[in-house]
Amino acid sequence: MNVLDYLVLLGTMVGIAAYGMWQTRGRGSLKNYLKGDAATGWGTIGLSVMATQASAITFLSMPGQAYESGMGFVQNYFGMPVALIIIAAVFVPIYRRLKVYTAYEYLGNRFDNKTRLLGAGLFLLQRGLAAGITIYAPAIIVSTVLGWPLNLTILFSGALVIFYTVSGGSKAVGLTQKYQMAVIFIGMIIAFVVLLEKMPQWLGFTDMLRVAGGMGKLDAVSFSTDYHKRYTIWSGLLGGVFLSLAYFGTDQSQVQRYLAGDSLRASRLGLMFNAVLKIPMQFFILLLGALVFVFYQFEQPPVFFNQTVWQAHAQGATGEELHSLQSQFVQVHAEKEASIRTWLNAQHAGAGAAEAAARTQMLAAQQTSDGLIAKTKDTLHAADPKASTTDADYVFITFVLHYLPHGIIGLLVAVIFAAGLSSSSSELNALGSTTTVDFYRNILCKEAADAHYVAASKWFTALWGVVAVGSALFANLVENLIQAVNILGSVFYGVMLGIFLVAFFLKRVGGTAVFFAALAAETLVLTGYFTLNIGYLWYNLIGCAACVLLSLMIQAALGLNARSAKT
Amino acid sequence: MMPPEDNTDRTENALTGTADESRNEPTGLPWFRTWRDVYLFVFSCFVLYVVLLTIFSRAFS
Repeated sequence: MNVLDYLVLLGTMVGIAAYGMWQTRGRGSLKNYLKGDAATGWGTIGLSVMATQASAITFLSMPGQAYESGMGFVQNYFGMPVALIIIAAVFVPIYRRLKVYTAYEYLGNRFDNKTRLLGAGLFLLQRGLAAGITIYAPAIIVSTVLGWPLNLTILFSGALVIFYTVSGGSKAVGLTQKYQMAVIFIGMIIAFVVLLEKMPQWLGFTDMLRVAGGMGKLDAVSFSTDYHKRYTIWSGLLGGVFLSLAYFGTDQSQVQRYLAGDSLRASRLGLMFNAVLKIPMQFFILLLGALVFVFYQFEQPPVFFNQTVWQAHAQGATGEELHSLQSQFVQVHAEKEASIRTWLNAQHAGAGAAEAAARTQMLAAQQTSDGLIAKTKDTLHAADPKASTTDADYVFITFVLHYLPHGIIGLLVAVIFAAGLSSSSSELNALGSTTTVDFYRNILCKEAADAHYVAASKWFTALWGVVAVGSALFANLVENLIQAVNILGSVFYGVMLGIFLVAFFLKRVGGTAVFFAALAAETLVLTGYFTLNIGYLWYNLIGCAACVLLSLMIQAALGLNARSAKT
Repeated sequence: MMPPEDNTDRTENALTGTADESRNEPTGLPWFRTWRDVYLFVFSCFVLYVVLLTIFSRAFS
C-alpha cells in the first residue's frame, strides 16, 4: 500500500464515522438514542439490516471459500427469504404494536421476567462472544498481510466504532451503515471489473465459467442427502430457515435495525429488500472467489496464501521441504495451465475425444496440486501445531494487494474495515440497549429520568466495546472465521427461536414451562455439539424443536400438577 | 391457588387488532396492493434463484 491507499482508507473510515457522529450529535431521549428519530425510511433499514449481517469476514472469507471449495456456501442463505417473510408478517407487527425497545422485552410481556432475562442473557452471551470475532477477523488478516501490528489495528478499529456508536446511538449506526454499504458495493464491483480485465485476453467470460465449473467450483446447489455434508439444499432450507428466523427475528442487533423504521411498512420493506437481494449478493461474492480461482490458473499462485506463516517457516528447519513442495507446485501449475488451454481449445473445436483426454489431464493436475497444498499445510502444522494452516481467508486480500491498482487497494481494504465496523456498531448498539433495557432499567434502576438511561446506555455500549476489543486482543484464529461465527450462532439461536415461537404460537404455554424447557434444550444442543458429528446448521432445528416440544411437555405436567392440587 | 406465571392475557389485549392492522396497512408499492402480493413476489424470486442456480451448476459442471 502507498500513500494514496492510506489516504483513501483513512479518509473513508474516519470520514464516514465523523459524518455519522456529526449528523447525530445531541440525541436527547432514550427512544431517540435506541430507536433513532423514527424517520428512517425502508431503504436505509434495508441497507442497515444487510450491513449488520455482512461483516468483514463475508468479504474476506467467502471469496476464499469459493476458491477452495466452490460456491456451495450460497445454500446457507436459502432459508433467508422464507424466514424474512415470516418475520415481516408475524414478528414485526407484534414488536411495533407493543413499542418494545428490545425483542426480550416482548418475552417479559408475554411470559415473565425470568424468561425475559434468559432470552436477553443468551443474546448477550453469544453476541458478546461474536463481537470480539467481528473486530478480530479483519484485523488479523489485514495486519498479517500488510505487516501492521495486530493489537494496534484492533485498538484503532475498535476505538473508532466505539466512538461513533456511543456518540450517536442507533441513528448513527444506521446512517454510517448506509455509506459503508455504498463503499462496499463500489469496492466489490471495481474488484470484479479489474479481475475480468486481468484475465488472459483470449479467455472469454463463458470460458472462465467453463474452467471454474470444470474444476468443480460452480456447484452451487447440492441435492445430496448425506447429512455429514456441510452445505446442501436441505440443510440450507431447513437449517437456514431456522437460523435466519432466529437471527433476524430474535437477535437484538437485527431487531433494533428494523424497529428504527418510521412505520411498519418501512420495517417490512427493509426486510423484503434483503429477502430479494441477499442471495444474488452472496452469489456475486462467491462468483468473485471462483473467478479469482480461474485467474490463478493462468497466474502462479503461492502454494500457501498466508505468506507470512510460509515465509517464517521457509527460513527454519522445514525450509528445504517447503521449498521443494513450492517447486513441485510451480511445475504442476504449468502442466495444469497447459491442459486447461488444450481442454478449452478442444471444446471450441468440438473435438470430443481430445476434450475428454484434456479434461482428465486437467483434473489429475488439479488433484496433484491439491495434494501438494495439503502436504504444505501438514508440514507447516508439524513444524508449529499452533500455526494457522487455513489460508482461505487470505486468498482475496492477496489478489487485491498484488493485482489491483493503487488507490483501489486502499478502497478494498476500506471495504473490509467498513464491513467490520458496520457489523460491530450494530452489535455494540444492541448489547448496550439490551443491558440497559432488560437488566439495568428492568432490575437495578426502575425509576429514573430519561437522561439517566441515555447515559447508562452510552456507558454500557462503551463497556461492551471494551469487552469486544479485549476479547479480540486475546482471540486465536478459529478454523474459518465465517464458520466460527455461524457455529456460535447455531449453538444458541435454535433455543432462542424456540422460546419466541412458543411465545407467538403456543398461547397456553406459560413462562415457567418455557424457561426450564429452554435450559434443557440448550444443554442438549451443547452436548450434541461436543459429541456428535453433524452439520452445525442442524443445531438451529434441534435446539428449536427441543425447546418447543419440552415446553409443551413441561406445561402439560404443570397443568396435571395444578389439577391434582385443586382436587 | 397457582400464582399467575405468565402475562398471556395482557399481551393478547395489547395485540388486539394487530393482525388486521398489519394486513390492511398499504404497501405503498405500485404493483403490489397487499402484503400477500409482496410476500408472493419475494417467494417467487427465491424459487427463481434456486432454479437458476441449479441450472447454472448443471450447465458448468
